[in-house]
Amino acid sequence: MSIHRLIRQRFFPHLWCPGCGHGMILNALLHAVDELGIEQSQLCMVSGIGCSARISGYVDFHSMHTLHGRALAFATGLKLARPELKVFVPMGDGDAMAIGGNHFIHACRRNIDMVAIVMNNRIYGMTGGQYSPLSGRGIVATTAPYHSIDRDFDTVRLATGAGATFVARTTAFHVREISSLIKKAYEHKGFAVVEVLTQCPTYFGRKNKLGGPVQMLEWYRDNTAPLGSKKLAENPDLIPRGVFVDEEAPEYCSEYDSVIARAHKE
Amino acid sequence: MEKFRFLLSGSGGQGVITMAILLAEAAVLYEGRVAVQSQSYGPEARGGATRSDVIIADEPILFPKVSQPNVLVTLTNEAAGKYMPLIRPGGMCLYDSDLVQPSRRIDAILKGIPMHRAVMEKFGKSQALNICVLGALVTLTGAVHMEAIEKVLAARFKPAFHAANSAALALGAELARPLVEHS
Amino acid sequence: MSSQICFVQGNEACVRGALYAGVRFFAGYPITPSTEIAEHLAEQLPRVGGKFVQMEDEIASMCAVCGASLAGFKAMTATSGPGFSLKQEALGYAIMAEIPCVVVDVQRGGPSTGLPTECSQGDLMQARWGAHGDHSIIALTASSIQDVFSTTVEAFNMAETYRTPVILLFDEVIGHMREKLEIPEQGVLPVVERLHTEVRAGVNYHPYLPREDGRLPMSDFGGVHRYNVTGLHHDIWGFPTQNADQVSKLNYHLYDKIENREHLLARWKEYYLDDAEQVIISYGSSARSCRQLVENRHHKGDRIGLLELQTLWPFPAKLVREKTARAKSIFVVEMNMGQLAAQVKPIVVNPDRVFRVNRVDGQLITPTDIGQVMRVIEGRGF
Repeated sequence: MSIHRLIRQRFFPHLWCPGCGHGMILNALLHAVDELGIEQSQLCMVSGIGCSARISGYVDFHSMHTLHGRALAFATGLKLARPELKVFVPMGDGDAMAIGGNHFIHACRRNIDMVAIVMNNRIYGMTGGQYSPLSGRGIVATTAPYHSIDRDFDTVRLATGAGATFVARTTAFHVREISSLIKKAYEHKGFAVVEVLTQCPTYFGRKNKLGGPVQMLEWYRDNTAPLGSKKLAENPDLIPRGVFVDEEAPEYCSEYDSVIARAHKE
Repeated sequence: MEKFRFLLSGSGGQGVITMAILLAEAAVLYEGRVAVQSQSYGPEARGGATRSDVIIADEPILFPKVSQPNVLVTLTNEAAGKYMPLIRPGGMCLYDSDLVQPSRRIDAILKGIPMHRAVMEKFGKSQALNICVLGALVTLTGAVHMEAIEKVLAARFKPAFHAANSAALALGAELARPLVEHS
Repeated sequence: MSSQICFVQGNEACVRGALYAGVRFFAGYPITPSTEIAEHLAEQLPRVGGKFVQMEDEIASMCAVCGASLAGFKAMTATSGPGFSLKQEALGYAIMAEIPCVVVDVQRGGPSTGLPTECSQGDLMQARWGAHGDHSIIALTASSIQDVFSTTVEAFNMAETYRTPVILLFDEVIGHMREKLEIPEQGVLPVVERLHTEVRAGVNYHPYLPREDGRLPMSDFGGVHRYNVTGLHHDIWGFPTQNADQVSKLNYHLYDKIENREHLLARWKEYYLDDAEQVIISYGSSARSCRQLVENRHHKGDRIGLLELQTLWPFPAKLVREKTARAKSIFVVEMNMGQLAAQVKPIVVNPDRVFRVNRVDGQLITPTDIGQVMRVIEGRGF
């Protein structure tokens, strides 16, 4: 089937800058959803605020464009109320890891069944290029005009430490890998985190003299390697890609059914 | 019937608030009277000063707090020092005679009973102290019938506690009976 | 099933009222003095097939309530001052996205952490203007355990009718006090159910297009209509817009749907107002003290009456003006620095005769407190 059935065509072309990686993630997500063959009336997308959050307007899902950082909290209410719904929660790096950091770690801990996608371009784009908790030391941004002295979070390690039962990472360069990881994340029962390293040529690339979108994508190609690959073994400084965590644990909505059963007994 | 303004006081963990609820609930559910229970407490669950007010009447109770109790129950010296001066002249003060050394200067009928000691002797632990106090309080004041308290205890607690509760209630009543004034 | 008589706290009466109204979702975070609401719902909701979740913070709780409500559940949360502050962001979202829900604020002393276990009515203005931007809100209160129950049912009814969050502004005294509650049989009190759209699958559904009667039928997430919900200004489809005409229309719609219904939303009780020369205006627990004073003085032959407001927002200005039209003096009794008095003063016939009677030490204002202020104002000494 065509992925066009999954989008709201009247809103295209989208508002993202030329060369932005977010459209590539949208494309990969749509292919994943299409291939999964999910009943469209069950598809929900809950997003926060920022460039990334605008993704929910483009998909023909039940869509909730919520508050900065709070998408996972809204999604938790939605999913717990109606566990049969299929919930996707795309977030930006500032959205998920700064203002939404608390919601993120607790969603990981709770293990409620949904797919969280962290679209990590290491910058606040919509507000014009401020550094985020994923920018890292030495990065230049409008609020770090000399350089950033803030240490960065590692999304994968943070999610793992917080108890997420599925954790994966890829990049905007690896478009098919995005699709396959989102499919795996969806098929995993529990809270699944997929971090996608993506490029913001307008702010991050320009401020840090990384070239245009093509050069930024090439950087992701050259500086990442699949988990277990020879390339990674030979050069451990590369950013690893792939599935870091995939384990079974009690899922929150199912567990709540046991609360209901027990409440009826007593 | 008489309007009762109870101020029940002690320290957190002594079951003062539960005692107040049981008393007021008995009056409302089993005697068809009007009652209001309220409470004030510090931040501690155990140890801090605890106070609960109960008003029992036959007409609507508007202001729900007790500013001048006609019956004060106090289970600690701290509470006694704080609340005894509030007693209405000629009111009653029921206190634990081992735990509290009340001021004799207050115009109140003092009823001291070693309830804590009796509960420890009978049960080996102090959990049932509040039920024992309730037995004494109801015996001394006649604010509600003892049967109403028994019904509340049966309704609110699991069957496993029924025997101990009844025994504690009877113990309080027995200790208080010699102190009842027949007028 | 006949009516049921019980002896409960205000917080539990609120839970019983919510269940009567059909609440099926609660998200919250522990905070004194509202925690009992969460505790009782944690026990009761799974028994009726509902869902309870203790979230990571107050913010997340309010967000989860919005999510569950859009899924078709009657949803609520409960908190107190500091938590109410944190909820304002998502409360604003619920106002903007027109999400029915009920938010209980059992008021305690403030500002900041203030007096967690003591009483205040200091959140009156926060309930009205806590969220940023122009908006309107419904806030109700009650002074007895029975009224807490019925007011909670009303709150859900208004939330569903007007697609808006409704604030229940109780206070610590009412939340923690126990009194008799008679729960009527189901069906005795009206319960407004969610209005769902009749638009069929495949036909355009406009989630933000009001009907002739002003109501906006909803479609649950997971239903046949896929639409967008956003906190941005939006068009009738729910998609963001900066079109000045649409923005203006939405602002007026959000404001007018409540402010223009002041007369429909007003709930109050009155005592001896017919020939009252002195009118006391109060609400919540302080209204009990006022009524005590009024009863005492009325029996002595004083021409004194009480107007107890149960709807605080939208402020029932017309009602207050009418009920105080013949008053020689008006006393606004509240446990704050005069937040309601500030509303009363500009709208009455004789603003110079409006007097504030306040207590802000965490204690319930007493009939004696009120009487003393009145004596001074009447020139009868202190």
